[in-house]
Amino acid sequence: MAQGIAKAPLPDQRNLAWYVDKTVQVLVFVGGISAILLILGIFVFITKEGMGFITQTLDIGEFFTSPNWRPTSENRPTYGALALIAGTASVTGLAMLVAVPFSLGAAIFIGEFATGKTREILKILVEMLAAIPSVVWGFIGLSIMNPLIIDLFNVPVGLNVLNSGLILGLMAAPIMTTLAEDALKAVPDGYREAAEAMGATRWQVIFRVVFPAAKNGLVAAVLLGVGRGFGETMAVLMASGHSINIPTSPFDSVRALTATIAAELGETAVGSDHYRALFTLGIFLFAITFLINLTADLVVRGPRKR
Amino acid sequence: MLRSSLSAFTAGAAFSLLILAACGRPADNGTSSGRTLIQNKGSDTLVNVAQAWAENYKEVDPTVAVAVSGGGSGTGISAMINGTVDIANASRAMKDKEIEAARGNGIDPIQHVVGFDALAVYLNHDNPAQSLSLAQLVEIYAEGGSAEKWSDLGISIPGCPSDEIVRISRQNNSGTYAYFQSRVLGKGKDFKLGSRDMHGSKDVVDLVEHTPCAIGYSGLAYATPEVKLACIGEDAESCVEPSVEAAVDGSYPIARPLFMYTSGQPEGAVAAYLQWILSDAGQCIIKNKGYAPAAPVSCS
Repeated sequence: MAQGIAKAPLPDQRNLAWYVDKTVQVLVFVGGISAILLILGIFVFITKEGMGFITQTLDIGEFFTSPNWRPTSENRPTYGALALIAGTASVTGLAMLVAVPFSLGAAIFIGEFATGKTREILKILVEMLAAIPSVVWGFIGLSIMNPLIIDLFNVPVGLNVLNSGLILGLMAAPIMTTLAEDALKAVPDGYREAAEAMGATRWQVIFRVVFPAAKNGLVAAVLLGVGRGFGETMAVLMASGHSINIPTSPFDSVRALTATIAAELGETAVGSDHYRALFTLGIFLFAITFLINLTADLVVRGPRKR
Repeated sequence: MLRSSLSAFTAGAAFSLLILAACGRPADNGTSSGRTLIQNKGSDTLVNVAQAWAENYKEVDPTVAVAVSGGGSGTGISAMINGTVDIANASRAMKDKEIEAARGNGIDPIQHVVGFDALAVYLNHDNPAQSLSLAQLVEIYAEGGSAEKWSDLGISIPGCPSDEIVRISRQNNSGTYAYFQSRVLGKGKDFKLGSRDMHGSKDVVDLVEHTPCAIGYSGLAYATPEVKLACIGEDAESCVEPSVEAAVDGSYPIARPLFMYTSGQPEGAVAAYLQWILSDAGQCIIKNKGYAPAAPVSCS
């Protein structure tokens, strides 16, 4: 951008318009790179806090294979994150089992079947659903789902994988629906018309033509839902039971990585081993969500390049 | 559309993290415009009392304002170590390591006992048990303890068909957790993993209320009529019901002192404030909040 101006044959006239132009140029540029700066800043920040601990104190093998998360133990603090990873993975897994059929179904209906007003209203409602704060979802898990699960399944505590998985699934579904619907919309109408001209039924059009064409976008939508699940804190903290446990059934209470950070960081002395162990969890989470989002991004971009 | 959603997503996440980081900065303290400001921070157990003290102290000395915030004993103590508060509230004593860290920063923490809190063991109303011994609590809560089912303790609870003891605990850096660990489990012993770790005193009581199989511990001040308080003793026969009186006279076995820490011997406004807290007027406020006063007082 700047080069174009510098190469201009006539010397610049430095009047008001020139300054306005320059200012706007700088502002737009700052806005454009702000996301990169923020991401880098966060990366540097959490690495600075956690890296020394990873290289000096932390036993990486223990971190990934031991379920014993005892950072405040007086005999021997242990930093095994296996149970926390299993907790996050089980809740996210169940959430995806709930969210994928829901959101793909909703996206197909909104994108392919609904027309006119129905379509507009549904789209607005789905977007509103995405705007519900996560603490409200957590509250629903705590005060509505908890007694319901206890009554229905006759289990001692309703704060478990099932509860938080359902809540998280419902939370992730709207954003996945919106993204999946965008992916379906991106398939040119010519594909549908051609298939219909060949005598395909509506379902054949959707499953044999539109789905394969929108495959990448749909995968990206699901992956972003997974990323959302991994990163969600408040609702999971409230609905999962917050118990260090490798789950063997959906009725076991678990504890998520995010919830552990949220619950423990506030009362930890800055710079202590416990504090830095929590940042290690943060680095791990950051790496996972970064990978998921990057994969989603690459999957979306893949076909456009070719 | 998809691209813009993606970057909005990332930017949003980035922004919230940044705000979090900014909130972690210690606040300024000190005096401003002729009015003395006392920074008081720490224990969630004490936060209600500390707020009541601050409110009432406005009438005693209008030139002094006390800013109270919670966050937990660990938060208060780390603020003391970093020198950002005048008074730190704690429901556990500072550890040797923490005192060392403070001395390293040129701060000499002085401990003041401002009251006592009886830790009640909460049971669901369906639970027929009246009393529990400390040994039984160890079997239930400690690593390696043998009690996993209520029937292991000879207790059967209607409404709890799974017979599982649902252990409710606190997050691992709360003062309540640390006190229960050192007093009940014994120094250096760990909790069994797999307990539901609640993030507040009140949450423990709430969950016990709704869970027939549950057992939990929390401050006596959080008791409600909907839950049962176990009578606690060295053995089941000589148990003592948790009460403010039993905490004052020392007969209740799991009552802990509540502390305020100052940097060095308190001076000026802080000294006057602490003196008032330990006077009858201040001690009646803590008693009214359901905690035991540091020494017996008579309140109207």
